[in-house]
Amino acid sequence: MTALDRAARTFLWQELVQGFALTLRYMFKKKVTINYPYEKGPLSPRFRGEHVLRRYPNGEERCIACKLCEAVCPAQCIVIESEPRADGSRRTTRYDIDMTKCIYCGFCEEACPVDAIVLGPNFEFATETREELFYNKARLLANGDRWEREIAANLAADAPYR
Amino acid sequence: MGEPLLDAVLSILIIVGQILLIVVPLLLAVAYLTYAERKVIGAMQLRQGPMTVGPFGLLQPLADGAKLFLKETVIPATSNKVVFILAPMITFTLAMIGWAVIPMGAGLVISDINVGVLYLLAVSSLGVYGIIMAGWASNSRYAFLGALRSSAQMISYEISIGLIIVSVLICAGSLNLSTIVEAQRGLWYFIPHFPMFMLFLASILAETNRHPFDLPEDEATLVTGYNVEYSSMAFALFFLGEYANMILMSAIASILFLGGWLPPFDIAPLNWVPGPIWFILKICLVLFVFIWARATLPRYRYDQLMRLGWKVFLPLSLVWVVLTSGFLVAFDLLPN
Repeated sequence: MTALDRAARTFLWQELVQGFALTLRYMFKKKVTINYPYEKGPLSPRFRGEHVLRRYPNGEERCIACKLCEAVCPAQCIVIESEPRADGSRRTTRYDIDMTKCIYCGFCEEACPVDAIVLGPNFEFATETREELFYNKARLLANGDRWEREIAANLAADAPYR
Repeated sequence: MGEPLLDAVLSILIIVGQILLIVVPLLLAVAYLTYAERKVIGAMQLRQGPMTVGPFGLLQPLADGAKLFLKETVIPATSNKVVFILAPMITFTLAMIGWAVIPMGAGLVISDINVGVLYLLAVSSLGVYGIIMAGWASNSRYAFLGALRSSAQMISYEISIGLIIVSVLICAGSLNLSTIVEAQRGLWYFIPHFPMFMLFLASILAETNRHPFDLPEDEATLVTGYNVEYSSMAFALFFLGEYANMILMSAIASILFLGGWLPPFDIAPLNWVPGPIWFILKICLVLFVFIWARATLPRYRYDQLMRLGWKVFLPLSLVWVVLTSGFLVAFDLLPN
């Protein structure tokens, strides 16, 4: 009887019919595609994207050149040089990040005592040349000014879990 | 004096006009068949398919065509150049000339010859030449293996296609495609010949090198098969030829089994629709099956493919020919 059953299934193309029915059903299901440049998926507040250097609300830059980020960076992509400023406070004269070396681990952000260096929500910073990815202090501060609102919101959203 | 010359020129112009009337819509249909294929397979895989070029990606085929047109034509240094260039032209031309005998509606056919079916079989057999020439002239291992597989496969499945068609011919009593369609008035042949209809669908998948029988284009083992060395317009001609062949085979399937331009029921609202529309709808249905199979089935192994062709399709279609003719003789139903 099992032989007859199997023969019947073979001659009636049972498996083929099942497979075709499945694909036909799937054709009318909802699509899962996100139409990327026009639609974007959700990002976690902890998302680690492009780096920014932040400022205090009065415009003073946060970074105090403690070089903890430089020390903790596993990829050694941060280079900092510092001097005392005219008002006596210690500030960076140079703050470079080689974005091609960075592994986006977020340790710099964790190490920073003043929340100056933060990995922001921006992940669309592709460039045409390699040199454009060697970020300097001016570029990082400009990023900070551009993304401050989103970063502040993200930090506030993540604060209860820290 | 000038009269016969004028007549000759006029008749040639009319023929050229008819050919353009077939070929231009056909090329457009090929372009949008690729679009439909990407959309349907996308939908079956929960994707959207092309969406960026034009509304719903509708201009994507044009963008693809422009891209292929602007690419550099690369002719391999070790290839046989004349044959290399000739092969895509042959493939493309053969995919086009089959349409000369396809009736779009009652009397709507370029050349209403009495051996239409034989002509179509001949044309589809010649299609092997383009492929084997491409594979041989490329002087590349992958292309050659692809061409060998392709020709072996097409020859094997042509035999079962031929026998399947014979069952239909016995019932219709004619090799003329228009007569075959007219003979189906009342009962389309896919109902009495249902097993043969299914075998025919599977065979034309193999004949056009489509999934699940697309071994000549097996990416994993052959890169892309016989057209691996081709680029630019030469590749585009192969591509157009392959898809035009799909449409041609769908047209043959709808003529032989789905009643060509006849409406499903000869009743009021249905027979108001002109015949060519029904014909195009049926072609679209068969083409959808082509695409559907591609989205559903995994690729056959080569020995499985040959076993299926020679040990399953061939005996089954032979038995069916005997059964059909036996039935027709026993009940005295033979068409004269």
